[in-house]
Amino acid sequence: MKQSFPTQTRPKCYHCGEDCDTDVLVFDEKEFCCQGCRLVYEVLAENGLCEFYSLDSNPGKSQKSGAKLRNRFDYLDDPDVAKGLLDFKNATESHVTFYIPQIHCSSCIWLLENLFQINAAIIGSRVDFVKRKVQLKFLHGKLNLKELVNLLSILGYEPSVSLSDLDRERAPQVDRRTLTKLAVAGFCFGNMMLFSIPEYFSEAELLGEGFKGLFDYLNVLLSLPIVFYAASDYYISAWHAVRRRSLNMDVPIVLGIVAFFLYSLWEIFTQGNAGYMDSLGGLLFFLLLGKIYQQKTFATLKFDRDYKAYFPVAVTRLAKDAEEVIPLTKLQVGDRILVRNEELIPADALLLSPHANIDYSFVTGEEVPVPTQKGELIYAGGRQRGDAVMLAVQKLPSQSYLTDLWNNGEKPEERLQLLEPLANRISGIFTWTVLAIAFAAFAFWIGKDTPMAFKAFTTVLIVSCPCALSMSTPFTLGNTLRIFGKGKFYLKNAEVVEKLALVDTVVFDKTGTLTDPAKASIDFVGETLSQETRSVLKAMVRQSTHPLSNRINQWLDTAQPAMLEGLSEAKGAGLEGKYMGQVFRLGSSEFTGAEKNAELKGNVVYLSVESVVLGYFHIQSGLRQSAPEVVQALAGDYGLHILSGDHDHEREALSKRLDAGIKFNFNQSPSDKLHYIQSLNQTGQRTLMLGDGLNDAGALRESQVGVAITDQVSHFSPASDAILDAGSFAKIPSFLAFARGSRRIVKFSFGLSFLYNIVGLSLAVQGLLSPVLCAILMPLSSISVVVFTTLATHLMGIRKGLIHLDPR
Amino acid sequence: MEVIFLLIAISLVVAATFLFLFFKAIKGGQFDDDYTPSVRILFENQPKKTIKDQPKKSKSYE
Repeated sequence: MKQSFPTQTRPKCYHCGEDCDTDVLVFDEKEFCCQGCRLVYEVLAENGLCEFYSLDSNPGKSQKSGAKLRNRFDYLDDPDVAKGLLDFKNATESHVTFYIPQIHCSSCIWLLENLFQINAAIIGSRVDFVKRKVQLKFLHGKLNLKELVNLLSILGYEPSVSLSDLDRERAPQVDRRTLTKLAVAGFCFGNMMLFSIPEYFSEAELLGEGFKGLFDYLNVLLSLPIVFYAASDYYISAWHAVRRRSLNMDVPIVLGIVAFFLYSLWEIFTQGNAGYMDSLGGLLFFLLLGKIYQQKTFATLKFDRDYKAYFPVAVTRLAKDAEEVIPLTKLQVGDRILVRNEELIPADALLLSPHANIDYSFVTGEEVPVPTQKGELIYAGGRQRGDAVMLAVQKLPSQSYLTDLWNNGEKPEERLQLLEPLANRISGIFTWTVLAIAFAAFAFWIGKDTPMAFKAFTTVLIVSCPCALSMSTPFTLGNTLRIFGKGKFYLKNAEVVEKLALVDTVVFDKTGTLTDPAKASIDFVGETLSQETRSVLKAMVRQSTHPLSNRINQWLDTAQPAMLEGLSEAKGAGLEGKYMGQVFRLGSSEFTGAEKNAELKGNVVYLSVESVVLGYFHIQSGLRQSAPEVVQALAGDYGLHILSGDHDHEREALSKRLDAGIKFNFNQSPSDKLHYIQSLNQTGQRTLMLGDGLNDAGALRESQVGVAITDQVSHFSPASDAILDAGSFAKIPSFLAFARGSRRIVKFSFGLSFLYNIVGLSLAVQGLLSPVLCAILMPLSSISVVVFTTLATHLMGIRKGLIHLDPR
Repeated sequence: MEVIFLLIAISLVVAATFLFLFFKAIKGGQFDDDYTPSVRILFENQPKKTIKDQPKKSKSYE
């Protein structure tokens, strides 16, 4: 019996724009995919906020994720939690800032800033789109924090509140001080230039003697804020370097600043000459400009998240048969806790319920839940799928297996030693050379012309002040950071570029990094499935959120869903559907009554109709589409390793598809991964680790460069040096090549600025460096270096395919 | 030509005023978020329902 199904175009949800594939809800002549979306529309329509829909088309977020627990925000009633979250509170008003990752378009900004129209107790709200944050001011007499969060969550903007939000150490993320310093330097520099111009064109004499003196004294006055305020960061950095008995780029800069300032003071007050104050102003202005440019950060991303950012704020504790919601910080060893569907296991705990179904996808990258029996230990970081389970806490959240891994290991500062920035290595040689030249010039002149000896000595220090030299790094790396960002590869800071360039070993995690859950390979073994059976299966699996159902759903691609008479899901076991009086079961061997085939590796889903087993689906995780090419491209230049927590049943399949030069390591526990990286480091290899889950956290920290791969960059990822969008996985070889290229650009621009230094120095040793020459030479060298690095990085970006030119 | 003394004084005062205003802008958080205001300015004001006590001054986020 065959049935043909009419093909139809599915309506799109008015709220979220997704296909309405189950029941279409029609409300107010508009179509909605689920009750959640309809409810949001209703709330907005009631309050006259339908402009939300006119700013962007289908701006909402799908509300399908299902029924959420009513009491899940109870912890916000706890005074300690509320106190930790609030920014400000007085007799009537409270201010709170929430991180809401769902903010994604201008409609979101508009709606969140018009919340006061929905609830009068909200005085005002302000969105920071880049950081995905909203600051809310409300009257706590009329609306408490819990109700506020509930309102947000009804609208689809549930704030992400995690344990780390309770730590009240929120420094302003934007560094305002550097900007203030730049403003001061710019103000002083601009005015000094104006006062110096008459001197350069001999106009000062025309104006009369009094003016020249005035201009010089004004220059001294204006130089004070520059020397004593704007330059302060350089003194601190140089002092730290000297105390560590090393030389960084800031040491010669400070030498130059001091020489500039003291020599100019001497010139102006004793000799009546103009001095070099304007060049000093220009130097600091350009240096600070470079500093700001290098400080590009990706404000939405957090690279240093610890376990606290992942764990929930509160947990349901069972005490004397009563449930109470307590903050996680008050959880004790031995407490019995209740973990419901979709909730996170906050601490290593023993299972007291008969069985649980734990999804460790954040931990291992494998999203198929693991069935667990009573009495087994469940690790923190897993997520329960299915009915609520009871657990007995064994360890505090801060001491669980994974957080231990996270907190131990070397401090990031200590592991940097292996890869020192290029500029720091050069500056040592540079500083000694400059000092040698200065003393040589001094020794040459001292017998013949003592004032000239001092002039030559100081002007050598002045002109060799490595302005251009110290600008080539920030601008090259800053540009690289921006170009990587466009390719969805987000680095923690500019130093990571240099470290990437020096990497010689690449270590991949397998699950979730090299393999892609969406690329699963599925085989059906058994009787051939009729069109009708496929339709029934389609109707069954598309109702389920289980990852294996999703994969079978994809495999059934074109089948049209049949009309079922009934469908039920036994969490952790399988699906049962009724069609034409027959019972279809899809699930584990126990559920379907099939004989378990122990030979099979990977995930197996059995199918039975009326208790007759028809066959099984064999589902294995597939490689990411671009994985073989990426591995091939890297094989020549890098040592490649693969670490996998899985058994080695996939070794053959993997090594067939990937280059044979790779070292495979299976059955790796999280601490094995960490030790593996450690041993590579100890043999002098410079490691890049690519991983995705919490179980890679230790290895990511331990490697020279740890890159976390994630499908949604604003979501949680373990602490790392860089975050890579999974869609850009294919570009990894380009990124690495680009990092090497930008190191070459830095070297080349060093050469360019040395050229200027040689010209300047040759004038300085002869005592010929006049203030006007200095005022021309210094900005010229800085600007040409900036122009060169900017052009070179962008040209390289185009060549490597990381910048796409607008076709117009 | 002595008037130039006066002019220089005035020019410095004017420039310093702008520097001071810039400091105030930095302190007020105007440079913390350089994207959202560009979107916000395009929203239509609803004539009737807009409530006046929407905070005008962007206070610092402490």
